[in-house]
Amino acid sequence: MVDREKTAGLMQAAAGEEIEGRSLWQDAWLRLKRNRAAMVSAMILGVITLLVIFAPFLSPYEYDGADWDNISIPPSIETGHIFGTDMVGRDLFVRTLYGGRVSLMVGVVATLVSLLIGITYGAIAGYLGGRVDNIMMRIVDILYAMPFMFFVILLMVLFGRNIVLIFVAIGAINWLDMARIVRGQTLSLKHKEFIEAAEACGVGTLTIIRRHIVPNLLGVVVVYVTLTIPQVILVESFLSFLGLGVQEPATSWGALVNEGAADMEVAPWSLIFPALFLATTLFCFNFIGDGLRDALDPKDR
Amino acid sequence: MLAYAFRRFLGAWPTLLLIITLAFFLIRVAPGGPFDTDKMLPPEVQANLDKKYHLDEPLWMQYGRYLWDVAHGDFGPSFQYKDYSVTELIGAGFPVSLRLGLSAIALALVVGVTFGTLAALRQNSRLDYTVMALSMTGISIPNFVMAPLMLLVFAVYLHWLPAGGWNDGALPNMILPVIALALPQIAYISRLTRGSMIEVLRSNYIRTARAKGLPERVVLMRHALKPGLLPVVSYLGPATAGIITGSVVIEQIFGIPGIGRYFVQGALNRDYTLVMGVVIFYGVLIIVFNFIVDLVYGLLDPRVRY
Amino acid sequence: MDHPQRLLDVQDLRVRFETNDGEIRAVDGLSFRMRAGETLGIVGESGSGKSQTVLSMLGLLASNGRAEGRVDFRGTDLLSLTPSELNRIRGDAISIIFQDPMTSLNPYLRISKQMAEVLVLHKGMSEAEARRRAIEMLDAVKIPDAANRVDRYPHEFSGGMRQRVMIAMALLCQPALLIADEPTTALDVTVQAQIMHLMRELKADFDTSIILITHDLGVVAGLCDTVLVMYAGEMVEYGPVEEIFERPLHPYTQGLLESVPRLDRRGGTRLHSIPGNPPNLLHLPPGCPFQPRCERRLDRCAVEKPSLVEVGPDRLRACHLEVSHD
Repeated sequence: MVDREKTAGLMQAAAGEEIEGRSLWQDAWLRLKRNRAAMVSAMILGVITLLVIFAPFLSPYEYDGADWDNISIPPSIETGHIFGTDMVGRDLFVRTLYGGRVSLMVGVVATLVSLLIGITYGAIAGYLGGRVDNIMMRIVDILYAMPFMFFVILLMVLFGRNIVLIFVAIGAINWLDMARIVRGQTLSLKHKEFIEAAEACGVGTLTIIRRHIVPNLLGVVVVYVTLTIPQVILVESFLSFLGLGVQEPATSWGALVNEGAADMEVAPWSLIFPALFLATTLFCFNFIGDGLRDALDPKDR
Repeated sequence: MLAYAFRRFLGAWPTLLLIITLAFFLIRVAPGGPFDTDKMLPPEVQANLDKKYHLDEPLWMQYGRYLWDVAHGDFGPSFQYKDYSVTELIGAGFPVSLRLGLSAIALALVVGVTFGTLAALRQNSRLDYTVMALSMTGISIPNFVMAPLMLLVFAVYLHWLPAGGWNDGALPNMILPVIALALPQIAYISRLTRGSMIEVLRSNYIRTARAKGLPERVVLMRHALKPGLLPVVSYLGPATAGIITGSVVIEQIFGIPGIGRYFVQGALNRDYTLVMGVVIFYGVLIIVFNFIVDLVYGLLDPRVRY
Repeated sequence: MDHPQRLLDVQDLRVRFETNDGEIRAVDGLSFRMRAGETLGIVGESGSGKSQTVLSMLGLLASNGRAEGRVDFRGTDLLSLTPSELNRIRGDAISIIFQDPMTSLNPYLRISKQMAEVLVLHKGMSEAEARRRAIEMLDAVKIPDAANRVDRYPHEFSGGMRQRVMIAMALLCQPALLIADEPTTALDVTVQAQIMHLMRELKADFDTSIILITHDLGVVAGLCDTVLVMYAGEMVEYGPVEEIFERPLHPYTQGLLESVPRLDRRGGTRLHSIPGNPPNLLHLPPGCPFQPRCERRLDRCAVEKPSLVEVGPDRLRACHLEVSHD
């Protein structure tokens, strides 16, 4: 759904971030390093990412294979099921990490999709300006007011539960914020002296975009990406929770939470572990995003 | 003011039309029909069904018919609940969903604004850090995770509250779902309030107010509160959307007979008309609410030009 | 009271800010006095501590700032007052006009409300009475059609008009001391002249003491009786306005004067600007803080900090150079 607070924050980051070249980034890095929550989050997130990538090699069990001798058992070291097993005897440690793979991948890929659409759309609108800009932004306004989550659900219902469709659907709805921000930045940069100077000196359009506009946008994009990934993970989990996302035997954190919630009275561990991973990941991304925003926005110390 | 309201009113229509059109055509191009079952229906029966639901007409006529019907509040029959129309189902679920949603928004506003303002007034104090940490928790733990956890603790282990059901909106049945639904919004609103309050309290006009010798309480209530809360007012639009989306899972988890639950059931059973009806209904609701929020904002901020 | 005519006595005022990069001494050991009816100009570049001096007197420092020393106003130390005691003085006996009229008025309240609340608070007037008084005051600062415009919002006024509103608001309670913190810096040149003209008129009409803070010595000339020049949080020169203009004794003051366009000096004197930038308060140079930028620097200037010395009646200076008597 539309997240105006995030947009406002990004706008702020965009406004604060100006052409100070390297010193800005060094400065930002120094400030980020001082933000303990963000640094710790980055480390935890690193560990989770590594775990998730190497999950299959860490355990003798398969994510879709059942251990018939140990059905729905609590976490224990002796059996090797350190997170326990679910109702059909599948190892929850492997499943949780495997689900994390899907969740993180959806988060990153869908964010990149939305980044690509948003930047292209916003840059075109901002650069061309005038009536084209007007119409393009009017379209964004109209789309902003749409109940997107419901459309994604509608799409899932109509076209089946397909992971590519999840990428596209989520990516396609998240680009609006980015388009607005990029357009605003492009517009304001277009009239900055240094751009006009470069134009007057006969520097080509592409060079101007590459040398001046892109570096100026980088800060906003970085913040946007770190704040959008958790949002996308959340949307995917939401869909999976409703049974509309990833399908069995494949899984994601949302799907695991759904199964866990159904069994929680008899097997609370099947809810707690995936929930813990999902929440921790979202926590970390949000802390890093906040830290980056503060670091890149020198206005507020 | 009236002209402004009218302009905003006109501006809402394209979105509405887009929602209906998109919903309609998405359904028509979707593979498989609502009556696809495992066994083949005899052609006569199929033809009869098609005729009954006007599926035999050309697409543009179906579209025109649907627009006409929707404009009259008729979303067609539910494919799943054979004896009910979608309008009836929505009508049955809406009072429940509305009660749940409004309670959650009210709770989120009261708690969020209070926490946010307190945190802003004592910036960098322990209270501030606590509020910010709690709000980060609210943002990071999705309500479909929070809700089962709350059920586990308060219903399964402690037996303090019922483990679901609506019971005509009795208070014990309301507590958990309303809190679960409001938590993320409390988190957002307190962060938003804190941020904007801090900015306002640092502003030059607050310095002027203090320089006049006004007591801090008057500075806050008369000079800072309104500008500090304006961002919250404009966040009410997205907050409604968030609450509506959240209500879908919350109603599912707690077994509450609202629109959200019908929606999920409809989605899982491929009840096209029901899903579409709910999408449109909620679309309209969000548009109307945004319209009201815009008007209120215009009333509160003297700088908004009509 | 030894000095019944004494209005303000600032002794060893120090203002510090805690920042992430360390402690900043914005004002460092400033002392000065003001007679009732006097108009004092505090002059210096940005960052010299001139604004923080007056903000600290009114308890308006940013939350990371702290003030020490004594600021005696009519015999009470402002720095030792509780917030509610201070509130009885600010806006009533001391009022202040800020630099940026565009942001210093509350955009969400009508002018009438913002002005009336001062009178209701300090003079116990009724709303209606206060409103009448506000309109009179807007008339006094020459806002046309004041009776109608008093109910407008700030954004409906131009910058110059808003500064007039600010001035009117500051004068409502007939303050004993009016502080004007760069009142014209944010305004157009022609509007600047109008506002300064208004200030001169009001000074005569209302008989208040004024502290005028500015970076522009040209503004000081027409209004002030005495001038205090600040550099890097300290006083470097002090004296009656004619003396400062006729015989500046500190190279910094001389530099400031040479950067003011003047009509009373004939010939080809070129406008001059002081080389270099105001010093970084976190890393002050050794010796005299001005020495890196000083064109007449001596060897000892980099080693030994000059102390403030009385060089004549009511005349102070902090510099190692010989006092020339030309």
